[in-house]
Amino acid sequence: MIADRTPQAHEHDVLVPAPARRLPQPPMQHPQPERAHPQRPTKVFDAIARNEPHVTETHEGIAAEEAVLEIERFNLHYGAMHALHDVSMRVPRGKVTALIGPSGCGKSTLLRSVNRMNDLIDSVRIGGEMRLNGDPIYAPGVDVIELRKRIGMVFQKPNPFPMSIFENVVYSLRIDGEGDRRALAQACEESLRAAGLWEEVKDRLQDSALRLSGGQQQRLCIARAIAAEPEVLLLDEPCSALDPIATGRIEDLIEELKGAYSILMVTHNMQQASRTSDFTAFMYLGRLIEYGPTDDIFLQPHLRETEDYVTGRFG
Amino acid sequence: MSELATPPPTKASSGAPARTVRRRGVRRATSLFANGEPMVWLTGGALALAIAMIGGLLLLVISRGLPTFWPAQVLELETLDGQRVAGEVAAVDSYQPTPEVVNLLPEAARDAANAKLAQDDGWSTRRMLRSGNYELTGTHFRWVSDFEIAAQSRPEWIAVVERLEWGRFYGTPIAVEFDGERVSGDPAKVWEAFERAHGPAREVWSERRELETHEIGREAKAKDDARLAVREAELEHGAQSPQAARAAELALEVQRETDARMEVLTQRVDELRKRNEDRRVTLLTADGVEHSLALEQIVRAYPANRLGLTEKLGVYGSRVAEFIFGEPRESNSEGGVFPAIFGTVLMTLIMAILVVPFGVLAALYLREYARPGPIVSAVRIAINNLAGVPSIVFGVFGLGFFCYIVGANIDELLFAAKLPTPTYGKGGLIWASLTLALLTLPVVIVPTEEALAAVPRSMREGSYACGATKWQTIWRIVLPRAMPGIMTGMILALARGAGEVAPLMLVGASKLAAELPLDGTFPYLHPERSFMHLGFHIYDLGFQSQNSEAAKPLVYTTTLLLIALVVVLNLIAIGVRARLRRRFQGAQL
Repeated sequence: MIADRTPQAHEHDVLVPAPARRLPQPPMQHPQPERAHPQRPTKVFDAIARNEPHVTETHEGIAAEEAVLEIERFNLHYGAMHALHDVSMRVPRGKVTALIGPSGCGKSTLLRSVNRMNDLIDSVRIGGEMRLNGDPIYAPGVDVIELRKRIGMVFQKPNPFPMSIFENVVYSLRIDGEGDRRALAQACEESLRAAGLWEEVKDRLQDSALRLSGGQQQRLCIARAIAAEPEVLLLDEPCSALDPIATGRIEDLIEELKGAYSILMVTHNMQQASRTSDFTAFMYLGRLIEYGPTDDIFLQPHLRETEDYVTGRFG
Repeated sequence: MSELATPPPTKASSGAPARTVRRRGVRRATSLFANGEPMVWLTGGALALAIAMIGGLLLLVISRGLPTFWPAQVLELETLDGQRVAGEVAAVDSYQPTPEVVNLLPEAARDAANAKLAQDDGWSTRRMLRSGNYELTGTHFRWVSDFEIAAQSRPEWIAVVERLEWGRFYGTPIAVEFDGERVSGDPAKVWEAFERAHGPAREVWSERRELETHEIGREAKAKDDARLAVREAELEHGAQSPQAARAAELALEVQRETDARMEVLTQRVDELRKRNEDRRVTLLTADGVEHSLALEQIVRAYPANRLGLTEKLGVYGSRVAEFIFGEPRESNSEGGVFPAIFGTVLMTLIMAILVVPFGVLAALYLREYARPGPIVSAVRIAINNLAGVPSIVFGVFGLGFFCYIVGANIDELLFAAKLPTPTYGKGGLIWASLTLALLTLPVVIVPTEEALAAVPRSMREGSYACGATKWQTIWRIVLPRAMPGIMTGMILALARGAGEVAPLMLVGASKLAAELPLDGTFPYLHPERSFMHLGFHIYDLGFQSQNSEAAKPLVYTTTLLLIALVVVLNLIAIGVRARLRRRFQGAQL
């Protein structure tokens, strides 16, 4: 009789982000790494399993970088579940920083905490602080809307809006009330050029964005994210829904955007992290295990656990 | 292998083979269902039944509705008792006449009738003739049984005459008088003279009618307005006040002016009436009575038995045009239904304009803002239940609340001068639209809510990530994306609203509305006026008509028209929805 039950239940399902759901057991019952490779020492994981605090192994190379985003002892709970434990990191300006780690380790949660997308979920509690160019993100009285305008975000699945290509790109300008036709057109062209999509769509800017291919849609989403000149660009597994060719183009694009934009990116793909990023952070069970320049993390990590992960021994 | 033969063993000892056996057994028992064939038949059969019933209904409506206006041939029958009657066959029936029926015939004819009856095992066919000539015979229809027929013929020049009053007349034209000229004798010449004279006579009549209804109406309204102004001034400033005195003076002046103009108009009307007075046609009925009709009273006349296919099509087309664009006459059983079409469309549109924004706002709050919980669930169940409330209950509510409370208060505030004659405090277009808007509210809310829920979360998140507020996200992303679903709700509401009759009887639909609710006098749209409605018209024709036999075919025709109207409204909405869908959803969905 009540036809709207199902959609509601469905929507509620989606409300809880994937990482949270994939953390079903407390760490005590999560000893696979140990079992799989009993010969290797897993001191850090053992400590985590005992719920002891973990101090991130941060490489020296990072201290020299100017930080665009500072995360300090950041904690996040989904209801009773502790999803992020004392995460502290400095995201360098003008560089690409990759977050890696097994499913459910809290990478996406951390990323979505930066522009406070987790505010949309009622059960979330926050501890610690984040600062964007020195401005607190979580202090009381922060205007979330204004904050989000300073941060661009690209999602896992391309999510163009149901409107024309042009309107998609200038969306953030439109909601700011920008009405000047010429300014909008200029912003649109610049963003599309920066996203490497201009040549493909310049003759059909008024067509629906939903008719673009998956890879084009994702580049459109990147163009939309950079149209507002964000101070930091968040990419949440931007290639996971794309084919290898489209993935390659997005990676090239990230390479091009480097320098002009500070990028914080979540990826599941180890090669992608090693190819495109300058710095890499390895996360496990809500902790930031090791953080350093990408070459160091992949070639000479300080921790065994990191080496096991990046070489594919677990995860 | 011995395990296989034994009954399913305990869990501990059951190996893979035992489980395999059990599963296979289950599959064998349900194989008929498993292969799906019966389900295809079941589902297909259900659909076929539904289509057959709907198709049957449509077929009935179309087969009875379309031939209504087709000019039938006129049959002249002579019965055994020497009466002659002419008319169109309206119905055919078989029955077993009792001896008393036969005994009504003159004695000489009984034997012949009985012989005829015996031939057919006591059964006889009888035909209902639409014989018209009401002022002479006192009836519109007459049953004639086959056994009482002495002779039948189709007279060449017999004419079917449709008139403004008294229904149809059947007779052979024998003389035409037109402006002192008289043509008689040769039927061909008489008919030619009739056709020549009929047009001008009708033109004069239209001019007179225009003067009588519109011009004189306008003068009467001016007089009425002046009288109202006096009353208003009296109410506001007191009966003895100088304002009231001035208004009374003005009213007197207006009355003098209008009286003078009325004088002129009345003269002109009299002149026109006089000009048509001696434009007449004399017809000879089947039973030999000569009857003279005024030409201006004749809407349409044709020699039914002489018409070729083209001429028949002409008569058919002219009747259809009159039906769709004309005004009703003869207490709705003749003429057109234009006011009803107009009323239906206007009321449905106003209803849609009221219900769609209201329903969409309510659905938005329920889906986007309200925190899910028992209260929201209760509200949702209440809305769903609203759809199950009998529509007459909404009618009673509309009458009690809108007409008698809201309307009466509006009258007291704004139209006090007209009281005790109610303006808004009675059934009217606006109250009918509001009542139906209330009735169709769940029909809009439920699909809208579903459409809102179906907007992907990723789109909302994308919008929030761009720094949009909740309302900006709803306005720019959610609503456009949900628009096709909202249109679905609107389509359902239109169909439901256009076909609803019961509540309208209470809140504004009337058998005959003197004025359309939309016209050329300020303020053009008159939401307080009662209006005609096709659904109510069908009820009126079918159950309230004095000449119900003549109205019966019109019931089907009007039904057909109402269905066509709903289909057209829906097609327009579906077309718009398809365009929106292409624009907002693209390849993805």
